[in-house]
Amino acid sequence: MFELLGIPPQALFGQLLLGLINGSFYAILSLGLAIIFGLLNIINFAHGAQYMLGAFVAWMLLNYLGINYWWALLLAPLIVGITGVIIERLLVQRLYHLDHLYGLLLTFGLALIIQGVLRNQYGISGLPYTIPSQLSGGQNLGFMFLPNYRGWVVLASLVVCIATWFVIEKTRLGAYLRAATENPTLVSAFGINVPRMITLTYGFGVALAGFAGVLAAPIYSVNPNMGADLIIVVFAVVVIGGMGSILGSIITGFSLGLIEGLTKVFYPEASSVVIFVIMAIVLLIKPAGLFGRTA
Amino acid sequence: MAEAARAITAQAGAEDALLTVSNLEAWYGESHVLHGINFDVRPGEVVTLLGRNGAGKTTTLKSVMGILPKRKGSIVFQGKELMHAPSRHVAKEGIAYCPEERGIFASLSVEENLMLPPQVKPGGMSVEQIFTLFPNLKERLHSQGTKLSGGEQQMLAIGRILRTGAKLLLLDEPTEGLAPVIIQQIGRTIAMLKEQGFTIVLVEQNFRFASTVADRHYVVEQGKVIDMIPNAELEANIGKLHAYLGV
Repeated sequence: MFELLGIPPQALFGQLLLGLINGSFYAILSLGLAIIFGLLNIINFAHGAQYMLGAFVAWMLLNYLGINYWWALLLAPLIVGITGVIIERLLVQRLYHLDHLYGLLLTFGLALIIQGVLRNQYGISGLPYTIPSQLSGGQNLGFMFLPNYRGWVVLASLVVCIATWFVIEKTRLGAYLRAATENPTLVSAFGINVPRMITLTYGFGVALAGFAGVLAAPIYSVNPNMGADLIIVVFAVVVIGGMGSILGSIITGFSLGLIEGLTKVFYPEASSVVIFVIMAIVLLIKPAGLFGRTA
Repeated sequence: MAEAARAITAQAGAEDALLTVSNLEAWYGESHVLHGINFDVRPGEVVTLLGRNGAGKTTTLKSVMGILPKRKGSIVFQGKELMHAPSRHVAKEGIAYCPEERGIFASLSVEENLMLPPQVKPGGMSVEQIFTLFPNLKERLHSQGTKLSGGEQQMLAIGRILRTGAKLLLLDEPTEGLAPVIIQQIGRTIAMLKEQGFTIVLVEQNFRFASTVADRHYVVEQGKVIDMIPNAELEANIGKLHAYLGV
């Protein structure tokens, strides 16, 4: 077997795949955060909890109602999205005229409540969610072994990210969204219902988090802290990519996952901090983020 | 001046008016900006609001459009009271607004900017008609909206509201900062829109331009309408107008 820089290829590609999977979650989650921040000016700290909620809803659908993974992939984001719509209507909506800090505090509080309730009910040891039978097993690619489910996660996230990007950048609906992000007052004055658009956008961003949660359920165990662990890194990803940039958050998400994977191979001690180091460097050189538009 | 003001008040509320604004007051936060604006606009008329900087002309348009949240008084359009309608409902009644800063969206292409305002009434202009009016737009369709020149951005800002079927257009200083040749083009456009039956309220600093397109002029000072001068009597009142505008 050949080696690259003294690293066996199985280890290298294995870590790259792990990086790509983490990157998939970073991408979907930071995409949702970017969309929400763009239109609502709210830093949605509940995003990690909503991702976790997606995994829990999938687990509940399976264990209480016998609804399988594929339906959960559709239903769980819908259910989590609806909770988002309710949260926006009842709570977040009241904060738009206030400083960013209030939205951050509210959503952070919501995250703690959602996590607390589920921790109280289900503990923190984690609940198993089996890989759907259609995606069990894997492929031997010669240079590495690719578990089918992991390949599916990368593929599904890519498709969802690209579809979201397409809708926002290339359709009439997306043009409304971009226009309202720039100047909601004028868009209202054209006769468009901006408050409803804001509610649905929050619901959609939250549904993306729920979707990522369902994808994650068979890989990581379903537990109330799974989102809290991830969301800090995702915020760093958003800062690096630039708040509010759609394509930026997708590309940054996947790339940082890969960089993290590579760091695990070449200098494992740095793997948990590499993203934060990159964040610090980006903040020094380009404070608006790599893809951020400076106002 | 008091007599003039009374005459205006009496006239506001004329039976055949398309838009009647009476005793309109408005606030920006705590600061009281409009102190009782009265004017009316008849169907097919081009009416200007003239006045110095900060007199309240733009605020009047924004108030009619429902953009300012803190208002009182009455705004009647086609017999319907709009004082408590949010701006998206005002738009749906058939009033369209072209803001002073033009409001071209940077994240949208020229085409997306043009197609953005939804149709609110039947009978709006077709895209082809808008291109006939502003041929420049057709050539720059795929450019970023804010990459256009100032004049082209103004054409885009006017063009996009002609599609919607709105019959009353509120234009806030469409000639501001533009070259004379572009101002002439905008003047011809306004004359053409009037011919087609549009009703226009025009906010202007430039009363020479206003006199070439308008039927009547309302003079706004310190948040009040203090005089109304028909365009035909403009020459006779030129001294008075100079005093009002401080030119």
